[in-house]
Amino acid sequence: MRLESPTPDAPTDPREDGGGTTTAPGEKPVERVSGVVIRFAGDSGDGMQLTGDRFTAETATLGNALATLPNFPAEIRAPQGTLPGVSSFQLQFADHVVLTPGDAPDVLVAMNPAALRANVGDLPRGGVIIADADEFSRRSLQKVGYTVSPLEDGSLESYQVHALPLTSMTVEALADSGLSRKDAERAKNMFALGMLSWLYDRPTTATERFIATKFAKRPEIRDANLTAFRAGWAFGETTEGFAVRYEVAPAEHPAGTYRNITGSTALAYGLATAAHKAGLPLVLGSYPITPASDILHALSGMKRFGVTTLQAEDEIAGVGIALGASFGGSLGVTTTSGPGLALKAETIGLAVMLELPLVVVDVQRGGPSTGLPTKTEQADLLQAMYGRNGESPLPVVAASSPTDCFTAALEAVRIAVTYRTPVVLLSDGYLANGSEPWALPAVADLPTIDPAFATGPNGAGDDGTPAFRPYLRDPETLARPWAVPGTPGLEHRVGGLEKADVTGEISYEPDNHEKMTGLRQAKVDGVDVPPLEVDDPVAPDGSRARVLVLGWGSTYGPIAAAVRDARGEGLQVARAHLRHLNPFPPGLGDVLRAYDRVVLPEMNGGQLALLLRARYLVDVQSHGRVRGRPFSAGELTDVVRDAVRDLPEHDTATPARAGHGSGSGAVTESPQEARR
Amino acid sequence: MSTTTPPSSTSTPLGVPSVRTGTEDVPRLPEGVGLKKKDFTAANEVRWCPGCGDYAVLAAVQGFLPELGLRKENIVCISGIGCSSRFPYYLDTYGMHSIHGRAPAIATGLATSRPDLSVWVVTGDGDALSIGGNHLVHAMRRNVNMTILLFNNQIYGLTKGQYSPTSKVGTVTKSTPAGSVDSPFNPVSLALGAEATFVARTLDSDRKHLTSVLRAAAEHRGTSLVEIYQNCPIFNDGAFEVLKDRDEAQARLVPLVDGEEVRYGREDAQKVVVRTSGGGVEAVDAADADGREVVVHDAGAQDPSQAFALSRLDGPSMAHVPVGVFRAVRRPTYDDLVREQVAAAREQAGGPASDADLDALIAGGDTWVVR
Repeated sequence: MRLESPTPDAPTDPREDGGGTTTAPGEKPVERVSGVVIRFAGDSGDGMQLTGDRFTAETATLGNALATLPNFPAEIRAPQGTLPGVSSFQLQFADHVVLTPGDAPDVLVAMNPAALRANVGDLPRGGVIIADADEFSRRSLQKVGYTVSPLEDGSLESYQVHALPLTSMTVEALADSGLSRKDAERAKNMFALGMLSWLYDRPTTATERFIATKFAKRPEIRDANLTAFRAGWAFGETTEGFAVRYEVAPAEHPAGTYRNITGSTALAYGLATAAHKAGLPLVLGSYPITPASDILHALSGMKRFGVTTLQAEDEIAGVGIALGASFGGSLGVTTTSGPGLALKAETIGLAVMLELPLVVVDVQRGGPSTGLPTKTEQADLLQAMYGRNGESPLPVVAASSPTDCFTAALEAVRIAVTYRTPVVLLSDGYLANGSEPWALPAVADLPTIDPAFATGPNGAGDDGTPAFRPYLRDPETLARPWAVPGTPGLEHRVGGLEKADVTGEISYEPDNHEKMTGLRQAKVDGVDVPPLEVDDPVAPDGSRARVLVLGWGSTYGPIAAAVRDARGEGLQVARAHLRHLNPFPPGLGDVLRAYDRVVLPEMNGGQLALLLRARYLVDVQSHGRVRGRPFSAGELTDVVRDAVRDLPEHDTATPARAGHGSGSGAVTESPQEARR
Repeated sequence: MSTTTPPSSTSTPLGVPSVRTGTEDVPRLPEGVGLKKKDFTAANEVRWCPGCGDYAVLAAVQGFLPELGLRKENIVCISGIGCSSRFPYYLDTYGMHSIHGRAPAIATGLATSRPDLSVWVVTGDGDALSIGGNHLVHAMRRNVNMTILLFNNQIYGLTKGQYSPTSKVGTVTKSTPAGSVDSPFNPVSLALGAEATFVARTLDSDRKHLTSVLRAAAEHRGTSLVEIYQNCPIFNDGAFEVLKDRDEAQARLVPLVDGEEVRYGREDAQKVVVRTSGGGVEAVDAADADGREVVVHDAGAQDPSQAFALSRLDGPSMAHVPVGVFRAVRRPTYDDLVREQVAAAREQAGGPASDADLDALIAGGDTWVVR
C-alpha cells in the first residue's frame, strides 16, 4: 500500500509550493543554483547534528536530492572550544541526482574558532564562511592556536566571510524569555538554522512542529527555540549582509512517496519488515556500541511489531541471546561494530555448527581495537569472512547506501532463514549516520520468507520406523530442518561438537568431519545470489570500456559519482558494485577477466582485492584508504582517470592484465574457473 | 537491603501476576498420561568416567522430570562446556550443548522468547564461575525463568585437572604445582550477592535431597541456582568425602528447613546455629547455646542478609555445610516483564501488525509525494 497522505501541513508537492513565494516585489532577488554543499560546524555541545538534521529534513520535504555526512568526535563533550570537540554535519542538496554528501563545502557555518580552524582547509577559494563573531574571543582563539582573529587578519580574504554576532543576536531575541543568558545562548543553533533556512528558501513548518514536539514538556525552552529560529529567519530577510537568497529546485525523482532516512533507521526497519514477511518474532540481543547503537534504539521502539530487544551484559551475551531465540524459532538478530564482532566470533562459529538462522549486523568503524569509534571504515570484511576458528563459512551481505540498508537487511534475513545459517550484514559509520531520500516500498509487495519449520519425522531410524534426522538436508538448499522446541516427536540435541551427517549425533570420524566441512561450505557457496550487474554503456563508436571500477558497501556513492564525472570528461569506464561478498555473484570471475584493468576503491588496506585475487587470479588493483571518512568523488575521479589514461595499447594476442601490476596478472585464465 | 525495604514486586508498576510457578505457561500432559524415567533417557551412550558424580545427578533428573507432568517436547536443557555440560546429550528432550560459559545467555534468549518452555541450564564450576561468570550473575540479577544446575567438583575435569574458581587455596594441580593462590568463590554467596531469587545447595550422593531441591527449583518462577556438590573421581576424588560418610555427614551437614530453627549434628553432639554480635551466624554446641538467639531459617525473607550469613558458615574445612534452599523469594521475572511490554504495545495498537502498519512505521512523520 502506498501512503498517499503525507502530514497535512507539509507541502504535498514541492514543485507546487516549494518556491516562488519570495519573488514578490520588494523582496530580495532569488538566485537559482543547481546544488549546494553546506557544512555546519561547532562545538560538540552546540547542537550541530540537530541543526544539520533539521536542515536536511526541510530540504528533503522540498524534494531536493540530498546526501548527508555527520562527523562527530567519540567524546560526548570534549573540552569546550577545542579542536577535538568539533562536531560537524555536511549535506549536499541539489536539483539533480546526488550520490555523495559533497567533496567540499560551498558554505561553512562555523560556530566558534575551533570549528573554523578544523574545517576551513576543506573550503575551496571563494567559498562562503558564516561565523559566529561573538565566539571569537581572545580566549577561544588561543585555545586553538590563533594569535589574531582570522576574521580580522585578512587570512580569509579568498573567502566570502559573513562574521555575524549570532550569539548576541540570539540572546537579544530572547531578552523577554525569562531565560538566563547561558540558557538563551544555547538556542543559537536554531538562530543559525533559521538564517540558513531563509538563505536557501527552505520550508519551516516541519522544524517548527519538531521544536514544539521535542520541547513540549518545557514550554519556556520550546518558545525560546521557536523565537530564535524565527529571529534567524527574520535576520536573513532583513540584513544587508545577504544580498540574495538561493533557490535549489526539486530534483527529478521517480513517482512515489518519499521520506528522508538514515542507514541505521532503514536497517532497523528492514529487519522488522523481514521478520514480518517471515512471520517470525524478531529478538534482538545487543550491547551498546558506537555506531551500531542506533539500531538497538530503533528496534527497541518497535515492540508493537513483535520486536523484542534485550540489552545484554556484553557482546557475547548479545549474540548468545539471539542464537537462543533462533533455537526457539524466532529470528535472532545481534547488532554491533568491529570490536564487538570480534567478541561474538565464537558464538557465530557455534551458529555455523548448529546451522540455525542468525543475523549479525556489523556497523563498521575505524579499527583495529577501539580505533576510530565515530568514523567510517570497511576494514571488517576479512573479520566477517574469516574471523572464526576452523572452516566456518557464512554468507556476507553489504549495504551500499543509507536507503539500501533496508533492502540489504531483507536479503540478509532471507538468506539466514532459507539456508539456516548465520549471516553477517555489513554497514558502516557513513551509512549508519548518513541520510538520503527514500522512495517508500509497499510492504505488501515485498517477497515473503518461508521459515518452513519442521513438523514431523523426515526420515527413518535404524529400525525403519519414522524418525527425525536433524542434519538431513534439503537437496536444493542443503539447509537442515529447523525443528523448534515444543514440536512433539522431534526432540533432538544440537551443539558445537561435530555432528554426524544426517543423524546429528556427535561424531569424531575423520571422513564425516571432512564431509560436514564440505557440506557447510557447499551450502554457503550455493546461496542463491543474482548475477552482478555491470554498468558499461557502449560508446557511440561501438567501443567498450577497458577499465572496470568495482566497489562494495558504502563506496557506492563516491564511485558512481566519480564514474559519472569521468564519463562526462569523455572517458570510457565500466562500474559494478557487490552486494554479496560471500558467496560472490555467479560469473564474477568472467566479469573481472573481461576488462584490461579492474580498479577497486575500498576503505581498508585492500581486503576485497585480496579475496578477488585469491579466488579468481585476477590482478585487481586496490585503491585503499583508511582516513575515517568516505572517499570524495574527486579523489576517485582521479583514480579512474589514471587507470584509463595509462592503459597500454591493446595487445589483442594477450587479453587481460599482462603488463599491469604483480605477477598474478600474467595469468589469463583461472585454473579454478576452468575446472568448473 | 534493610528489612524495611518493601519487596521489589510491590514497587513495580508493571502489574506482575501474583503467585506463578516456574512451569505455569508450559503445556502439560493430558490427565492420566504420565511419562517415565526412560522417556527422558536418550539413546546415546553416556560417556562420563566410571564413578563420576554426574551419573547420579543425571539419574536423579531423569527420575524427577516425569513428576513435573510437562510435555517433554517443551523441556529444553542448555549447557556450556565441561564434563557436566554433556548432560543434554543424555536427556531425551530438546537440548543444546553450547560454548564455554555462555549457556545462561543463550538460555535467556530462549526463555524470554518462549514462555511455553521449561528451560534448564547445566553448568560446572569452571563454566559458570570462571569463563561464564558474567552471564551467570546477570541471569540471576535479571531473574530469568530458568533452573541452573551448577555441578561443583572444585576442579577442571575435561581439561584434565587444573584448579577451578572453587578450588581451595593451596590446591596442587598440573597448573598449580606449588599450590593455587586464588581465593575460591562460594557459589551460594555469589548467587545471593547477585540478587538471585532462588538459591540452593545439595549433593550428588543424596538422591532424595537432590530431588527435593530440584522440585523446589522447578516450582520457582525466576532464576533458580542449584549448587550440586559433585565428585570427580579422576582429578579431585574425595573432595566431598567427609560429607558422604553417613556419620560424618550427620555431623557436618546443616539442613536448612524453612521456618525451623537451624539445628544439626549427631544425636550425641547436637549443634545449633546462633546469631553473633557482628550480625553473622555461628555454629555452637546446643548445650552451650543458652541465652543465644538460635537462627530460624526464613527462605522467603526479602532481605538476603541471613541467607548470606548462613552461606558463610561453610568454610574450606566443611565442618558445617548448610544444604537446602537458602533463599526463595518472589520477584518479577525478566522474561515476564519483557513479554508484557511487547504484549502491551501490541494490544494497545490493536493486535498483530499488518502490512499497512509496517507501511506507516517506515513512512515516519515527514513524507512527500512525487507524482
